[in-house]
Amino acid sequence: MVSLDYIFTSEMLFAAIRLTIPLALAALGTTIIEKSGVINLGVEGIMLMGAFFAVLGVEYSKKPIMGMFLALIVGALLGAIYAVFVLKFNANQSVLGIGLNVFASGITVVLTRNVWGSEGLSESVEQLKGLTIPYLSKVPYVGKLFTNINIYLVILLLLVFLTHWFIYYTKYGLRLRAIGENREAAETVGIAVKKYQFYAITISGALAALGGSYLSIVQNNRFVTDMVAGRGFMAIAANIFGNQTPIGSTIASFLFAFAQAIRINLEVSIPDQFLQMLPYILTLVAISIMSVKKIKYNKKRG
Amino acid sequence: MNRRKISFNIVVSMIAIIFSLIISGVFIMILGDNPLLVYSSMLDGAFGDLNALSNTLSKAIPLMLCGLSFSFAAKGGVFNIGSEGQLYIGAIAATFTALLMDGYPRGIVIISSFIAAFLVAGLLGILLGVAKAKLNLNEVIVAIMLNYIVMLFCSWLVNGPMKPEDSMVAQTEMFRNDYMLKKLLDKTQLTSAFIIGILLCFLLYIFFKKTRLGYNINVLGKNKNAAHASGINIGRTIIITMLISGGLSGIAGATEVFGKYGRFIDGFSPGFGFTGIAVSVLAANNPIGIIFTSILFGAMDAGAMKMSYAAGISSNMVKVIQGLSIMFIATPNIAKHIISKIKQAKNKESIDG
Repeated sequence: MVSLDYIFTSEMLFAAIRLTIPLALAALGTTIIEKSGVINLGVEGIMLMGAFFAVLGVEYSKKPIMGMFLALIVGALLGAIYAVFVLKFNANQSVLGIGLNVFASGITVVLTRNVWGSEGLSESVEQLKGLTIPYLSKVPYVGKLFTNINIYLVILLLLVFLTHWFIYYTKYGLRLRAIGENREAAETVGIAVKKYQFYAITISGALAALGGSYLSIVQNNRFVTDMVAGRGFMAIAANIFGNQTPIGSTIASFLFAFAQAIRINLEVSIPDQFLQMLPYILTLVAISIMSVKKIKYNKKRG
Repeated sequence: MNRRKISFNIVVSMIAIIFSLIISGVFIMILGDNPLLVYSSMLDGAFGDLNALSNTLSKAIPLMLCGLSFSFAAKGGVFNIGSEGQLYIGAIAATFTALLMDGYPRGIVIISSFIAAFLVAGLLGILLGVAKAKLNLNEVIVAIMLNYIVMLFCSWLVNGPMKPEDSMVAQTEMFRNDYMLKKLLDKTQLTSAFIIGILLCFLLYIFFKKTRLGYNINVLGKNKNAAHASGINIGRTIIITMLISGGLSGIAGATEVFGKYGRFIDGFSPGFGFTGIAVSVLAANNPIGIIFTSILFGAMDAGAMKMSYAAGISSNMVKVIQGLSIMFIATPNIAKHIISKIKQAKNKESIDG
């Protein structure tokens, strides 16, 4: 019984990790962008574009890794366009993000039909396979960790620590945080606010698209209409629930993904929709509590 | 708003639409189609005959009401991106009421259902207003969370407690056909809901021009401190604003149910609440302007099928055009930038000449 339990939980754990990856990548992007004081509701759309162009890249190059790179490039490009609209032309960010989402959900279907002749889904392409390290993969118990290593997982873990280090331990990170916390003050001390914001938005676009590409060329082997299915918005929630820090938003993504894994893999008596709701309810409750605390604290200080 | 400013806004809005049409046209050409054929078939599908026109107008109804909903909150300084959730909860409240009141006279059922939709959705709006005003939360984030919670809640209702036992589809039972809104034209989806929408547009226009409350909401939206100084009860004004804003989205949901389906269907809205935002912003939040902008977006939706059929392109091309339009609508400075460039060039010309 014990061994059965062990397999069962480790399987759940792996399922949750797989679901975490796209979410956490996008959430990480959201953390970076919000640190710079910009909000991007277009994460959902950029993820969708990433998912589509990853498949397109594999289709034409026949190399799965090229799909990943194409997604990164398209994501960065979309981020840069978003940045120009916001920084140069002072766009209403929320409306712009909504527009981007509508655009993405349209253009991906139009292009799918154009390339593969069908509206709903693309043809199958080669998936991005995991790496297996010889010898180490044969070690009992831990061997599983070295078998079929998910490249995206490695990238995610590296990025989490890299972002954390960048934001909290470099002068550029300090400046980025300064911009997010008080833009005017940052400008006064001579920080090139818009330059920082431009890079932040561009990088966050690339990360969102990378997250999207995971859905289409790792978890799946094709593009399916609207396959991101709200993960972009969930990433926004994860970032907030994770207190807008790289490690926090990754843990929050894992938590949300775990709820999804339970929903998919277990027969539970709780209705499906309530489990799906969980991330949003948790986030709402968390920000409400934080805000009430802050208001009380401010009152105390007079 | 003076006349000059209105005409300037119209020019800015038109440039946004023209821009998106040009860029979409380039996309269409890259895809190997003829943009002129695409646009002309779309236009034909939207206005070509009486059927097409009524299709356009019927598609404009939810957009018009969601647009009004957004504009109302915007005037009071709240960015109500929660329209989509309010629309869903309104639709389910209206359906629930109509099913519950089965057997009562038609007029009473319709009025009760619409009031239920208004109030329930209005409460959701108030929740958003309180989150912003009292808890100091970012209303955009709160609204997105609420949208998902409400949509999933409705989905649970029609997959569980409100689903008829013999049904395979996630939807409620149908209420009596007799309770449906009257059709303005036979065999179309154009119902008296369109008249309701137009009336509300004029009503709100007058409300903001002539009433004390409308004036207060405007002041609050423009400058919170000024509102406070002039003795406006800020908390109460925000609550009323959000009640009405949310309520209007609820009405949008009710008109879909009572005009088109006769029941609540899971996921019936393709994002009316979000397109409504674009409809309102494009009209510079002017209720009369919203009549035209909602018809514009309704026309795109209505023309999609014909366009797809005639030009052999995915009907989703319409989403591309709409998405780009929304992006340019979000960024009026691009148009303003161009207008000032043109003026500069003209000035230079006249100097040179």
